[in-house]
Amino acid sequence: MSSKLLRKTASYGIFWIAVAAAGMSIDNSYYLQVLTFIGIHSILALGLNMLMGYAGQISLGHAAFYGLGAYTTAIMTVHYDLSPWLALPCAICLVILVAFIVGLPTLKLSGYYLGMGTLGFGMIVHIIFREWTSVTGGASGYVGIPPLELGAFSFSSSRNYFYLVWCTVLISIVLCQRLIDSRIGRALRSIHDSEHASKAVGVNTRNLKLQVFMLSAALAGVAGFLYAHFVSFISPGTFDFIVSIRIVTMVVIGGMASIWGALLGASLLTLLPEWLHAFSDFEMIVYGLILMLVMIILPQGLTRGILDIYERSHKKYFK
Amino acid sequence: MNVLIKNISNSIQPENDSESHSVAGENSSIVRIEAICKSFGGLQALWNISFDVRPYTVQGLIGPNGAGKTTLFNLIAGAYYPDKGRIFFDQIQVQGKRVHDRVKLGIARTFQNVELFESMTVIENVLVGQYVRTRSGFWSTIFRMPWTIKEEQGAREEAKKLLNFVGLEQYAEVRSSDLPFGWQRLLEIARALASKPKILLLDEPAAGLNAVETKQLGELIKKIRDQGVTILIVEHDMSLAMDVSDRIAVLNQGRLIAEGTPREIQSHDAVMAAYLGGGK
Repeated sequence: MSSKLLRKTASYGIFWIAVAAAGMSIDNSYYLQVLTFIGIHSILALGLNMLMGYAGQISLGHAAFYGLGAYTTAIMTVHYDLSPWLALPCAICLVILVAFIVGLPTLKLSGYYLGMGTLGFGMIVHIIFREWTSVTGGASGYVGIPPLELGAFSFSSSRNYFYLVWCTVLISIVLCQRLIDSRIGRALRSIHDSEHASKAVGVNTRNLKLQVFMLSAALAGVAGFLYAHFVSFISPGTFDFIVSIRIVTMVVIGGMASIWGALLGASLLTLLPEWLHAFSDFEMIVYGLILMLVMIILPQGLTRGILDIYERSHKKYFK
Repeated sequence: MNVLIKNISNSIQPENDSESHSVAGENSSIVRIEAICKSFGGLQALWNISFDVRPYTVQGLIGPNGAGKTTLFNLIAGAYYPDKGRIFFDQIQVQGKRVHDRVKLGIARTFQNVELFESMTVIENVLVGQYVRTRSGFWSTIFRMPWTIKEEQGAREEAKKLLNFVGLEQYAEVRSSDLPFGWQRLLEIARALASKPKILLLDEPAAGLNAVETKQLGELIKKIRDQGVTILIVEHDMSLAMDVSDRIAVLNQGRLIAEGTPREIQSHDAVMAAYLGGGK
């Protein structure tokens, strides 16, 4: 028990030191940008992991929530000239509301059907982003989204934004970790294992699934907000179907039902395309091959797979 | 299964005991089934079933294959809803209530094929069983409110007591899917008891157990009853049903053909005919 706690504290410590060290030592703004994207993707993966990894409910439409977060803040700050700090709560509330309305009917589905339902939702939202030109700017999207400022302090430099994003990641991790270790987290995992039995011990599975769907959407909304103010330019292409799939892939590759797995998955899927530029025309082929190999060799995802290998070698060592 | 069933007095029902005594007097019923009918498509699974389950007893429910035992069981647990008729639990109508609401009222169940949460440890399974009795919500969990921490500690203590009660305390941190089958069944009973039910519904708890395990299960069932929990048991194993039940209801082809003490049932003509076929 106490060793578990120690390990947890240690992993947080290492995480903090890594983030601080990266922030202080890296001067190349390109690297800082890549790390910031990893952070944003981590928030997305963490949120989806709560839904998919823990509660066992798939969503193939998470890019819609990501996009809603980004578009809400873009419209409010560019169009109406409001403060981003006012747009943030609005974006979160809107995303949660949409998740509630969408989740109410779709979460009655399960398995492939839930996948199809959320996929359809994602596509509808993407089409709205692209076609509702008067509000969303259509295919050209929004330009000139202002950088974030807090009083006199500006987050416009890559380094400051890097810190902002990774602090949000840390808050998200703590939030998810606490939920998972609690009564609610156990109930979520019980739905994943056997929804039947979960009901029989008194879990209101319908409500709980809806709540975790809303939480997961809210995190995606926050990621969208951070993305919009980071790149200062958004267009519908950033929030299409492929992005939803990519978020799912991050969770699966990293290892379902693991918080650090979500981080690992987000890092790998953000870094891979950067590393694979060398292959130029063959980039996507190599990318796909690597994902295939990971799934064939470590079907449980990277975290679980590496842990299994470690445990196996450890056992041999002692026997 | 060399599990010693330990008698920890009041580890199951310390709080609800006095309350349930006052609600259900000695002669009243804890579950009353009134003229229940249920059909699946063209198949009439249950026809006009009425009987009472008396509090603090073990009520057996037996019958040949296809008699409708499991259907009746699922109607009480809430997995199905009846076509006609009413089910009262503690004077409250429950036939239209959803499963998790019934658990809150005090109805707990186990499954014929054992449905544990397999990715979780033994103690976590029991902790999930306490879901309806714990309160920590979303925000208090995130902010780690003192009462949440206290509740979690209390829940763990109680889960350990329950594991002790069924004899699995050394295996608290083992993954539940790693337990041998007989112990999984015990764990499922512990998980059901964790909600502090007034009635425990057991669906063929002896299925897949050997003779020794079945005998120990019988002792555990009586022990649970002695703690003040009513038990309804659907059972194929005749000797177990006769051994543990205070009263038995017999179903055949969707109808209730007999109800009484095990002794009465054993010498009942219609029961003999249903089980052995043929003459009266």
